[in-house]
Amino acid sequence: MSRGPFVAALVGNPNAGKSALFNALTGARQKIANYPGVTVERKAGRLLLPSGEPVELVDLPGSYGFAATSPDEEVTRKVIMGEQAGQVQPDVLVIVLDASNLEQHLVFAQEVLELGRPTVVALNMVDLAARDGLTIDPAALAVELGVPVIETVAVRRKGLVELAAAIAVARDSAASEAAPVPRAHVTLPERRLLARQMAQGATLSETARHRIHARMDRLLLHPWAGPPVLFALLFVVFQAVFTWAAPFQDALDGLASALQDLVRSELPASLLRDLLTDGIIGGVGAVIVFLPQILILFFFILVMEATGYMARAAFLMDRLMAGVGLSGRSFIPLLSSFACAIPGIMATRSITDPKDRLTTILIAPLMTCSARLPVYAVIIAAFIPNTRVLPGVGLQGLVLFGLYVAGIVGAMVVALVLRRSVTKGAASGFIMELPKYQLPTVKDLALGLWQRAWVFLRRAGTMIFTVTVVLWLLLNFPRAEPGKSQVDASIAGHVANGLAVVMEPIGFNRDIALALIPSMAAREVAVSSLATSYAVDTNDEAVEGRALGDQLKHHWTLATALAFLAWFVFAPQCMSTIAVTRRETNGWKWPGFMLAYLFGLAYLFAGLTYWIAVACGLG
Amino acid sequence: MTAINPIANDLHKRLGYGSGSAVTLDELPLGRDARIASVDWAALVPEEAQRLRALGFDEGAQVRLAYRGVFLGRDPLAIEIGRMTVALRRIHARAMHVEELAA
Repeated sequence: MSRGPFVAALVGNPNAGKSALFNALTGARQKIANYPGVTVERKAGRLLLPSGEPVELVDLPGSYGFAATSPDEEVTRKVIMGEQAGQVQPDVLVIVLDASNLEQHLVFAQEVLELGRPTVVALNMVDLAARDGLTIDPAALAVELGVPVIETVAVRRKGLVELAAAIAVARDSAASEAAPVPRAHVTLPERRLLARQMAQGATLSETARHRIHARMDRLLLHPWAGPPVLFALLFVVFQAVFTWAAPFQDALDGLASALQDLVRSELPASLLRDLLTDGIIGGVGAVIVFLPQILILFFFILVMEATGYMARAAFLMDRLMAGVGLSGRSFIPLLSSFACAIPGIMATRSITDPKDRLTTILIAPLMTCSARLPVYAVIIAAFIPNTRVLPGVGLQGLVLFGLYVAGIVGAMVVALVLRRSVTKGAASGFIMELPKYQLPTVKDLALGLWQRAWVFLRRAGTMIFTVTVVLWLLLNFPRAEPGKSQVDASIAGHVANGLAVVMEPIGFNRDIALALIPSMAAREVAVSSLATSYAVDTNDEAVEGRALGDQLKHHWTLATALAFLAWFVFAPQCMSTIAVTRRETNGWKWPGFMLAYLFGLAYLFAGLTYWIAVACGLG
Repeated sequence: MTAINPIANDLHKRLGYGSGSAVTLDELPLGRDARIASVDWAALVPEEAQRLRALGFDEGAQVRLAYRGVFLGRDPLAIEIGRMTVALRRIHARAMHVEELAA
């Protein structure tokens, strides 16, 4: 069988600095996809050998051993063994070791070396080891391991050329040998003993553990000081997401309107023009506006991960999460879900326990994502008086805060119920390495942000584009007779009339039912849909918002408005979330369940809100 | 449960040093070095036992309880093992019997 360029794979424990080394070796030339059939990310890039020959370099998920306990580790084992579908067996293995944690990392390294495949060892983060008071002799380690050992510092690009050269040599020697020569197999305790001896043998000097990590942990993990620091940090993150992003969002919004105006002035009035302006530019634009918020949130998440603080946050949150049957590991995905549930659900891959992971996926849509914000903002501005409750605390802000809290409390209660019913199982554990503190590098942050942005934009360009066009078609066909309402005549209008029968008991009129249909593509579309059906003819969003507010006050009672807010706390108004849930759970069972339970809760709580409000005389 | 040296342990207890092998990892005072005397693997979920073993928790390993959790229940725990710090729950620590080392 003919084959492409030869393949090398990076293997190692979690926190060995594999990803930073991978970024340094391949630069921006990376391809990220999924391994077929599993939701494990395959990261591959191109590395140039000193001879100029390209190598496909694969960054395998971090692993503690071949006895896999998570889907990620299973992929690592299968790739190395040549059993993974969609991946040829790597010709050369590059074991990445954290120089300051040699004794631990050498355990898995021995297991890999036992296979007898062409292997090179990268002794990574030697600078941090030196700062930690450790000097390692790579030559002594090479003798003990029987393979070349190259010292590397990924962030300073140290040792990269030497590593590429060693990979080339290992490949050439492999080509001359007939088959790999497996070494003698030893048991785990023997391996650990050997690892200790090898680590001690290769360590030239060792001072006491560096105190800087301990000192930082003394503050950040302190029983009383730690949580306030975490909550202060989260407060800053949310402030940033909602204030820093505003000018960029306005600019993107302006760009979309300008584009619509341009198309309107350049093309003659026609259905096609309307599809372009209202359907495509309006629909996709409404979603792309959230890119700045998502990038700002991910900036903070990436910094927290790169510095090692995220694991401390998980540590601090574990007890609270354990109260509802989850663990600290669920904290990171749920935090991401405040920007958007999609990256949040994808981040659940790091949760090893399958039932924990499933529960986290199912409650992620209850975190108030940024797409709900425009809806909340319009309704609150229209119906909640702007009065002061306390000095510096307005009633409007308090209601918004209450909606966030309602989502969080809802999620916790749902998790508690799910863990006792559909995702019942042994109480999940929490075992997690707390990595050393490290300064993040600009390059790794930039690359991470770019990858997140790309995933989001690709989704906007495909999924959301398609849904928008389909909904526009449903709203515009069949055509109404002249003088009659297009909305009434359309397929969507008929569906809305049917829906209205179900929605009337909870205080929703037909206009709301109609707005709920396109907002399945993206929640924020509800605002523009309401605007359309109340025939507010303006493109300026500030004016549109105000005018819409007046219209709403005209058509809705306060009880209806409150019920509408309650609906949006729970309703699964976003097809992309359902689609990503299907992909992450490999089937329609769980996204179906998610749709059913969220719609059920939304209907129940919107109804309760409406009935109570009416009973209080607000109807 | 196997004590490494029952006679020395007994002596330790009589002299009031440490508390011998009866102490589990979660009961260890903060910041005190100890050695894992035995692990009750059967008390742990198999996957978690495997993960702990892979992280180096096994008979003979030197450990130190560095931090306790914040809220009620003093869970989870941060354990220093080798040059790593590992977070785990009290339920895991309770399966590990440790002997305090002399300072």
